[in-house]
Amino acid sequence: MSIDAATVKRIGRLARIRVEENEVEKYQGELNAMLGFVEQLNEVDVTGVEAMTSVTPMTLRRREDVITDGGYAERIVANAPLSEDNFFMVPKVVE
Amino acid sequence: MTDLTRLTLAAARAGLKSKDFTSLELTDAYLKAIEAANPKLNAYVAVTGEQARNMAKASDAKLQAGQGGALEGVPLGIKDLFATKGVHTQAASHILDGFKPEYESTVTSNLWRDGAVMLGKLNMDEFAMGSSNETSYYGPVINPWRAEGSNAQLVPGGSSGGSAAAVAAWLCAGATATDTGGSIRQPAAFTGTVGIKPTYGRCSRWGVVAFASSLDQAGPIARTVEDNAILLASMAGFDPKDSTSVELAVPDFAAAVERGVKGLVIGIPKEYRMDGMPAEIEALWQQGIAWLKAEGAEIRDISLPHTKYALPAYYIVAPAEASSNLARYDGVKYGLRVTGKDITDMYELTRAKGFGAEVRRRLMIGTYVLSAGYYDAYYVRAQKIRTLIKRDFELAFAAGVDTILTPATPSAAFGIGDEDMNADPVKMYLNDVFTVTVNMAGLPGIAVPAGKDAGGLPLGLQLIGKPFDEETLFAAARVIERSAATDFSPKPWW
Repeated sequence: MSIDAATVKRIGRLARIRVEENEVEKYQGELNAMLGFVEQLNEVDVTGVEAMTSVTPMTLRRREDVITDGGYAERIVANAPLSEDNFFMVPKVVE
Repeated sequence: MTDLTRLTLAAARAGLKSKDFTSLELTDAYLKAIEAANPKLNAYVAVTGEQARNMAKASDAKLQAGQGGALEGVPLGIKDLFATKGVHTQAASHILDGFKPEYESTVTSNLWRDGAVMLGKLNMDEFAMGSSNETSYYGPVINPWRAEGSNAQLVPGGSSGGSAAAVAAWLCAGATATDTGGSIRQPAAFTGTVGIKPTYGRCSRWGVVAFASSLDQAGPIARTVEDNAILLASMAGFDPKDSTSVELAVPDFAAAVERGVKGLVIGIPKEYRMDGMPAEIEALWQQGIAWLKAEGAEIRDISLPHTKYALPAYYIVAPAEASSNLARYDGVKYGLRVTGKDITDMYELTRAKGFGAEVRRRLMIGTYVLSAGYYDAYYVRAQKIRTLIKRDFELAFAAGVDTILTPATPSAAFGIGDEDMNADPVKMYLNDVFTVTVNMAGLPGIAVPAGKDAGGLPLGLQLIGKPFDEETLFAAARVIERSAATDFSPKPWW
């Protein structure tokens, strides 16, 4: 499988990373090199093999569905580039 | 007085306890060494001198009263990946500009609980993505080692390059590091230091900036095997805040260090004998085998047939997880924001500017392998191969193997700005060929310096252990350290 220029732009949109026109070719070369490298995985017979979901044999712990933390909105927004009244500020999203 | 910075962590701890010197004296000695060396080595991205001296004074009060924890008064460097309250935490990335967390990571909390002193934050590859510490927004770390008769600058390895360089150049008594594909063990090998990646789940990931969550694990880098054992005992432990943290008591790792290898079965995997492997790496490996044999271990040839697929499978799994984890950097919650014509424009411009080239490349490939139509062909297949890689190890251990000996890296440290590796990212990725299998299988692995190459640069061996059997790794690594009986101190030029 090989990635074309249109796919590079589509991945950029999905990843929310601006890909400028003059960067497309470089990305295309690098991504295809990586896909070329991983192609050897197709040699492996994976019939009947379970995909790994946890590297250690453990079941995910559960806890009571109760509030254990919080109540400090000002600390949550303390590092925001822009905030007001403990809200994150973003450009208008609804017309 | 002898140079306090040259002491091992164990010796510094003993000296503090017996009041041969104070933590403030030791801390000031390190701060002075950092001030002199850092402009040349670039190991620290932030030095917290005032905080360090305050912590040292508090430790001295405890030590005076005959109290204090296991690391009371011992100055450490902290990788920039660990959240430290009110202190520079940016994963060496532009996108986290100015980020100062409101909270402390569990691992560093454990260290402060035991009395350690924080000297500052250590440079690293951006978001721990790299094998040379050249992807850092703060510029490369320079390896304190140089080849004999050369003044060419070498990389310290990565991603924990700042941790390894700071330990090797006596800029801290020990350091925290993290390892997703080899990021503790490869820089340790490149700098003549010791580093252990513990079993997945041994150290809490809470408050560690996430790269690939199913592979990331914190561990120490220090100057000796014993120092590693002491540090890991403080860093490790169950944490309810990390759902993959394992509820197991932390063993007395230091007690295992001098246990020896008599009667242990050491596996030698034939698949680690790679085509084109330098003769000196092969010779180092044979030397390691001979040392362990001489101390009473049984050497057994084993096969781990899926070894060669670990690196390509890693380059699907790790970028896929990264593309999800790094989605949170969007110019809204913290760090850099680049304004655009609308919110999507802001996201795209912020992420294009804030992430460096290597991170962007991995996020792009990760997004691709998870996208509709490719998920099964890439991601699911890679996770199936991961099952096979883990099974290879399980079969070896079930057949009686206690630990596995391999080289740590395919070469010694290479030059800054290596043209071959910059032209072809896959060449750079091959640095992790011996270490990445261990992350894929969630096992513990330790890198210990064992010899030098023709240019006098350090080379390391790796020991791989059963899940949660770091003790055997410390014991076997100590035998190699003792048998090598080599001075792994770089000649100061900085």
